[in-house]
This record gives sequence, structure tokens and C-alpha cells, in this order.
Amino acid sequence: MYKTASGEEIFIIDGHTHFWDGSPANHKNIHGKQFIDCFYAYHTGLSPKEEVWPKEKFEKYDAQTMYDDLFVRGYDDMAILQPTYLGDFYKEGFNTTERNATMKNKHPDRFILNGAFDPRDGSKGLEYLHVLAERYQLKGVKLYTAEWRGDSKGYKLTDKDSYKFLETAQKLGIKNIHVHKGPTIIPLNRDAFDVADIDDVATSFQGLNFIVEHCGLPRLDDFCWIATQETNVYGGLAVALPFIHSRPGYFAHIISELLFWIGEDKILYGSDYGIWTPKWLIDKFMAFELPEEVTKETGQTLSLQTKKKILGLNAAKLYGIDIEAQKIKLGYQSAAKPAYA
Amino acid sequence: MGLGYILVSRELLVDRSEEVWRQLHTVVDPELDEPVTDMGFISRAEVDADDCVHVDFRLPTYWCAANFAYMMADDMRTALRALPWVRKTNIVLGDHMYADAINNGVAQGLSFQETFKDEATGNLDELRRTFLVKAFQRRQEALIKHVLSAGFTANRVVGLSIAELRAINFVDAQGGKLRERYMERRGVISASATDDLAFVSAEGHSLPELELSSYLAALRRVRANAEFNGALCRGLLEVRFDMTTPLSGKTKPGCRTAAATAQQ
Repeated sequence: MYKTASGEEIFIIDGHTHFWDGSPANHKNIHGKQFIDCFYAYHTGLSPKEEVWPKEKFEKYDAQTMYDDLFVRGYDDMAILQPTYLGDFYKEGFNTTERNATMKNKHPDRFILNGAFDPRDGSKGLEYLHVLAERYQLKGVKLYTAEWRGDSKGYKLTDKDSYKFLETAQKLGIKNIHVHKGPTIIPLNRDAFDVADIDDVATSFQGLNFIVEHCGLPRLDDFCWIATQETNVYGGLAVALPFIHSRPGYFAHIISELLFWIGEDKILYGSDYGIWTPKWLIDKFMAFELPEEVTKETGQTLSLQTKKKILGLNAAKLYGIDIEAQKIKLGYQSAAKPAYA
Repeated sequence: MGLGYILVSRELLVDRSEEVWRQLHTVVDPELDEPVTDMGFISRAEVDADDCVHVDFRLPTYWCAANFAYMMADDMRTALRALPWVRKTNIVLGDHMYADAINNGVAQGLSFQETFKDEATGNLDELRRTFLVKAFQRRQEALIKHVLSAGFTANRVVGLSIAELRAINFVDAQGGKLRERYMERRGVISASATDDLAFVSAEGHSLPELELSSYLAALRRVRANAEFNGALCRGLLEVRFDMTTPLSGKTKPGCRTAAATAQQ
């Protein structure tokens, strides 16, 4: 919970967190090392110096560390666990639904557990999706379209099999499809980060919400255009938000473009933990004001109400979280005030 | 006489090194529309005694798109081969998932399709054009904004011919620079004879006066995205590589004289 200077409380739902194992013992090959190294470069490149972790902690952190970083030291009230399998790079997978479930089981009221599917897994994959949905009552999945699988170096949401899986997800009541775009490598002559397939499936599956992680970056321009056309397309702020520290000017431009094109009701905060941590992200976001010249250019403002939506209200709507009831579950306040209070 | 020969030879090498850097400076990262030299991608550029140019380059991540990496390597090769004295080029991409394939393909002068065979379904013309159009849009937005701020009305801006744009006498140096950069990409869209419209949309249409501000808002998105990506790439590159070696920060043409002699 974040408390403003005037005492107002803001309920925070972190839309994007991971409980991964990127340690050398889990690497299957060089790609496993390169993958976690790339994440670590994002972490060290964009975090404030005093928030940079040693490599070993970054490669693998335990459940208590994650809990403390999010909810004790950080301001998160709830967090969505998003899996990233990477079975071709990591022996036990990088960050599977099952691994995330161990976090969820320890702190059921803190976490929303999302699953995943991969359309290339065919009928076995469909079975697995049924199992996950039943076992964990999934409301969302995270798709990583760039995942390597044998000779395949990624897939598109418009692939025939993707449609099958999306239809199944819809039937199983999985409404929120988080998409991490790119780099979908093959065919190599095409743009690896193209977001056009999101446009297509968002039109075809009106009953689903598509939350595009890091707002389609590095194709934010194309993403904004798509999100303007489609009522069921949302943008997750991971990767964009940390710029608030290292390059606040760029962050100001990006957030005002997002507000201009997709609007305050469709932007979701996400720390992308363990790449970044909620404490400093939210301290800086709450203190942030759009520079006057940006407001003049785009006509956008970043009011307290807008921040509240981005930090929690929008995600609460997508996942059906009753914030007042949730506060009671988390022990923030008792259900009924005693008569003598 | 021996000493005299060495001195001449050194001067020649310095000139050649400068020429090499000037040529490399014309190669842009297609996604970012910024020279590979300014981005810090070049980690080595040397001329050997056999007039072979050796260039090593690196990218912000191991996973950077192979197609853009190939384009940059291929463009470097073409730019260097344009120098009449260059007999050979040896361009080497390091620390990249497709390094071997790209290095071999470019060394043998293979097309993109030949380099990647089954992994590609064609060459890079369409992708290249997509990003040239984005570069055009970004440069156009910057220039139109500048022209408007110089006192031109929307009505006047949308009707300017190329000759009239060229004739504008900007009071500041920035205006001339933006115009030059824009004109480098104007031909990507359509013919650009002197009496053609200076400003057209990506589809080649004239710009409607009343909708100029919403048109510019759409282009602003392209600019914000490219600037953000540029900043991200710089940050990642800095984390990944030692950027304080004598090479970096001195990569613009004309700044290379001191380091150029060190190689021999």
C-alpha cells in the first residue's frame, strides 16, 4: 500500500512478476546463460545504482526475498505471477507455472497465478492447458511468442494453432492474455517485433483481453495505433517504467503517448520483478510529473487518479479483484468497525 | 629517405583511416535511424598493409534482430568498397546468436536469402522500406515542427514545393540540418523534383491543412518510439561492453587521427 503525503491510500497490483531460476546449474546451453545475462543487463542498465543486485542474487532468489521485495520493502499489495518456460534453454524451465505456484501456495491472497500455453505443443499442449486451468483456476495466461522450440524460433498469434488455443482459453474462462512480443526470429527477413498479429486476434476474440507487455516495445508506435483501434487491448508498463530513473524525459514522452493513444484505463503497472523492484519504481512514479512542454504538446496530464488506475484499479477490473474485500483478507482492516470505535 | 617514406606512409594511413570512419558514419542502424558510429557499435576499424579494412562491431544484446545486424554489416561492406583503394573488407560481428552466419554471408558477398536459406522467406527489401518510411516520418515531423515554429502557417507548410523548402532561410543552423536530413529520405516516398510537394504522407498524398496537427501527433509516436529505443540500446551496450576504450567517443569522422596511427 502506498500512502500519499495527504494520507490517501493507493492499492497496488503489480501486473508482471517472476519467480525464476536462471542459475548456472539450471542452464541447458549457452542460450540459458545469454538469456539471464540479457535480463541482468536490463537490470543494471536501468536500476538506480544502489538498487543493483549481485549477479548471484539475480540469477536465483528465494521466495522470502521476493515476498519482502514486493510486499514488505515494496508497496505492492498483490502481484501477478507470469510464467516464462524456456524449456530449450533451462533444464527445469526458467519460470514455470508450477514453480510460480509454490509462491502462490505460500501467500494465496497476495498472488494471482497465471498459466501459459504454446500453440506449437499441439493436442498435448491443449491437455496441459486444461490441467492448469482446473488446478489453478486460471484467469490469465502469459504468452512468450519468441520462445525457441526445437527448430522453431517463435510463433505468431495468427498461426492456425494459436487460434485453437485462444478458443480453448476462452472456453475455460481464461480472459486475460498477456503477450510478451518478440523477438520472433523466423522467418529472419520479417520484423521480429511486429505487433500486427495482436490486432488480428483482438478483433477475432472480443471476449478476451490482450495485455501487451512493455507496450509493444520496441514497436510502441505500431502498438499505440493498434490499441486505439481495439477496445480489448491493454499496455503493460514493464521496461518503459524504469526509464523514470535513468531517462525521465523519455519516460515522459512514452507515458504521454500511451495516455494520448490508449488512455488511462488501459495502462497497467508491472515491475517485471526480479528485473526491477517495486519500491523505487513506485516512489519515483508517485513523485513524477509530466514536464510542461510534454503536456503542452500532447494535451495529457498524469493526475493522482490516473496513477491510481495504472497502479491497481485497471488490473483489479481485469482480474475481478474487489479491493475493499481484498484489504480485509490481507488484514489491513477489520470487516466491521467495533461499535465503540 | 627511409624516414621520409615512413612519414608519407603514416600520413596516408591517417587519411585512409579517416576515410574509413567517414564511410562507416554513413551506415545507420535501420531501426534507430542513427549512424552505427554514433551508437558505439564499431569496436575496431583498421586498414592493413594489403589495403584490407578490418571492422569489428557489436550490438546491445546477443538477441538483437539478425536481419538488422546483417543489414548493417552488408551496408558497411558496401560503404567501404566504395573507396577506390579498398581491396578487401573483413567485417566481423561479435557476441551475437547469428554471428557466424552473418560473418560468413557478408564475407562471401552472399544475399540475405543465400546466407540464411531455409530460415528466411525472402530478402530484406520490405523490412528495409518499412524502416526507411519510419525514418522519413520522424525526420519530417521534426522539420515541419521547426518550419511551423519559424512562423509558417499550416496552409503554407502543406503547399510548399521542394524548391520553396530549399529556399527557406532559417535563422538557426538547426533548421538547415533538419531540412538536409529530411531531404535524404524524401525520395523514399515518391519522386522529388523541385516543383513536387515538399511534404507528403507515407502514402505519397498531400497533407490536409486542417488535419495537420493530428497528422503530426501520429508522427510524434514514431519519434518517441525511436528515441526510446535508441536510449535503451545505448544503455544496454554500455552495460555489456567496456565503452571507455580509446575507440568509443571518438567515432565521428575527423576525430580519428590520433588513434589511427596506433594500429601500425
